[in-house]
Amino acid sequence: MTPDLAPAPRSPLTRAFAADSLHGVRRRRAALGYLFLLPSLGGIAVFVAIPIVASLVLSLFRWNMIRPPEFIGLDNYTRLIGDARLLTTFVNTAVFVVLAVALQLSLALFLALGLQRRMPNWLRTLLRASYVFPLLTSAASISIVLSYMFSESFGIVNYYLGLLGIEPIAWLNSSRWALVAVALAFVWHQLGFTFLILLGGVANLPQDVLDAADLDGARGWTRLRRVIVPLMSPSLLVASVIGFISAMQVFDQPFVMTQGGPGDSSRTVVMAIYDAAFRNLDLGYGAAISVVLFAVIMLLTAVQFRLSNRWVHYQ
Amino acid sequence: MALNTSQSRAADAWAEPGAASTGAPSGRRTLRRRPGRPGKPDNRVTRYLVLVLLIGAAVLMLAPLVWAFSTSLRTPAQSFTLPPMWLPTDFAWENYRQVFEVSRFANYVTNNVVVSVAIVLGQLATASLAGYAFARLRFPGRGVLFGLVLATIMVPIQVTIVPIFILISEIGWADSLVALIVPAWPTAFGTFLLRQYFKTIPHELAEAAAIDGAGEWQIFFRVYLPLAKPGLAVVAILAFNFHWNEFFRPLIFLSSPEKFTLPLGLVNLQGYMGTGSISVVLAGIVISLLPVLALFIIAQRFVVEGLMRGGLKG
Repeated sequence: MTPDLAPAPRSPLTRAFAADSLHGVRRRRAALGYLFLLPSLGGIAVFVAIPIVASLVLSLFRWNMIRPPEFIGLDNYTRLIGDARLLTTFVNTAVFVVLAVALQLSLALFLALGLQRRMPNWLRTLLRASYVFPLLTSAASISIVLSYMFSESFGIVNYYLGLLGIEPIAWLNSSRWALVAVALAFVWHQLGFTFLILLGGVANLPQDVLDAADLDGARGWTRLRRVIVPLMSPSLLVASVIGFISAMQVFDQPFVMTQGGPGDSSRTVVMAIYDAAFRNLDLGYGAAISVVLFAVIMLLTAVQFRLSNRWVHYQ
Repeated sequence: MALNTSQSRAADAWAEPGAASTGAPSGRRTLRRRPGRPGKPDNRVTRYLVLVLLIGAAVLMLAPLVWAFSTSLRTPAQSFTLPPMWLPTDFAWENYRQVFEVSRFANYVTNNVVVSVAIVLGQLATASLAGYAFARLRFPGRGVLFGLVLATIMVPIQVTIVPIFILISEIGWADSLVALIVPAWPTAFGTFLLRQYFKTIPHELAEAAAIDGAGEWQIFFRVYLPLAKPGLAVVAILAFNFHWNEFFRPLIFLSSPEKFTLPLGLVNLQGYMGTGSISVVLAGIVISLLPVLALFIIAQRFVVEGLMRGGLKG
């Protein structure tokens, strides 16, 4: 494509340029490099790197921005361990993550594999677009729509369930269902992302291995479990790790749909950070919770990668 | 045997449009990434069942949006009708006017545009400069710095939000749009993506420009930036979409209603309206979806291609 791919003799001018760059120009270019990096790296330092360290430091203080910060050592952390309300948010978040990731992965896998079946191209494009579209909407705004739809007496979800003979469910007002409704809203919003990752995995399925499995008579469930899932395990791992990390940070849906209620039944860890730091202005405590959340995310992500040795197969 | 089944399939109703008319038989199938099953005809029941489920899923994914649109056109008295009506039967366009009257909706829209556009422009500037430096310039510590930038992609917002909140309050940016804009400028993802783009541009172009007397700045501006347009577009589209929809930071940083962005304003409006006319709130939500819809139609191909090309070179 480019004409000078061949090691053609370079013109004197090019050689002069190359020689020049070895000396004074090199230093000038280095300075220029730092200059080009300054806006980006400066910003990352001020708004990401320093705040991470600051969170750690802040978590050792009691501070409400009015009185001067007071060093209290690990008190925020010992308090956090004994905080039953906070424990509830961690349990809720764990249940939510399991629900959301399991639903997302299984639905997205079904959709990605299903789209490989024979159908008119326009239909395939249309279906793909429908699955991805919710991803582009605002989780908070759409949660308003979904909370109307999940409403107990006039919600259309219960109306259609009623047609199937199911009693109305107090989706948002019962401690049993609130977290489930929030998880459904989250999955509705995020499914497209998981779907796109798995679609990439499906597109790279090696045809020869599939054909060989067919000859061996692998069908249906066996084929899915023994052939498709192992072949797609690298993209399943990526989808599950990313889905897991984003589910751990859920906030918009429970905040808008249930405000964490009823009681604390759908309160999540990030809502606890928000309440501690920005409602009660207990900044040190909020920082401590965020540090713990970050540590849990890092730890469980590492565990996922470690366990992945057992089930992920790279070709 | 295998040939036989695939021919019978090509004539099937679900073959590619035009496959039957062009008479292209078995060859077409091998182009499709669809596993064949030699010797066994496809199970028709399974195939239709899967198709019904796929279409059902698409309906479920679009249902909230369709319902929101159709309900946004209802008169207040009828906004809770059951059974739900999927096609708008009323056309109470005054809901769309009302949302401007009962809330500071014009403010929300303006603020959202200002914030999203300012973030996009800032991200493009910082990320293209840094991406160029990482891709093209040599300086000590380049590898380490790039590694650090990549590492920050994994940091969730909750870890940094408390210190950023304090910083913003200390420098007097609390309750201002600047507080949303400036901290969002440095983008590790954008830097990474644009670096990948700049790396795919042949080095000879820079040399040729240098021989013509262009300085490094001119090479960056005149040669590299124009060639990286698709990459810039991807960064811009993703940043715009993310910040147009953002809720968490505006909720924390903003307190006066006239400064609210769209998602924050709408959630606030919903709480304020109680169980009154949901149609007005839904009208606001429909308006907030319009840019997203436009972006989706215009940019879908752009984003997919851009991401694929960006990932080509390591």
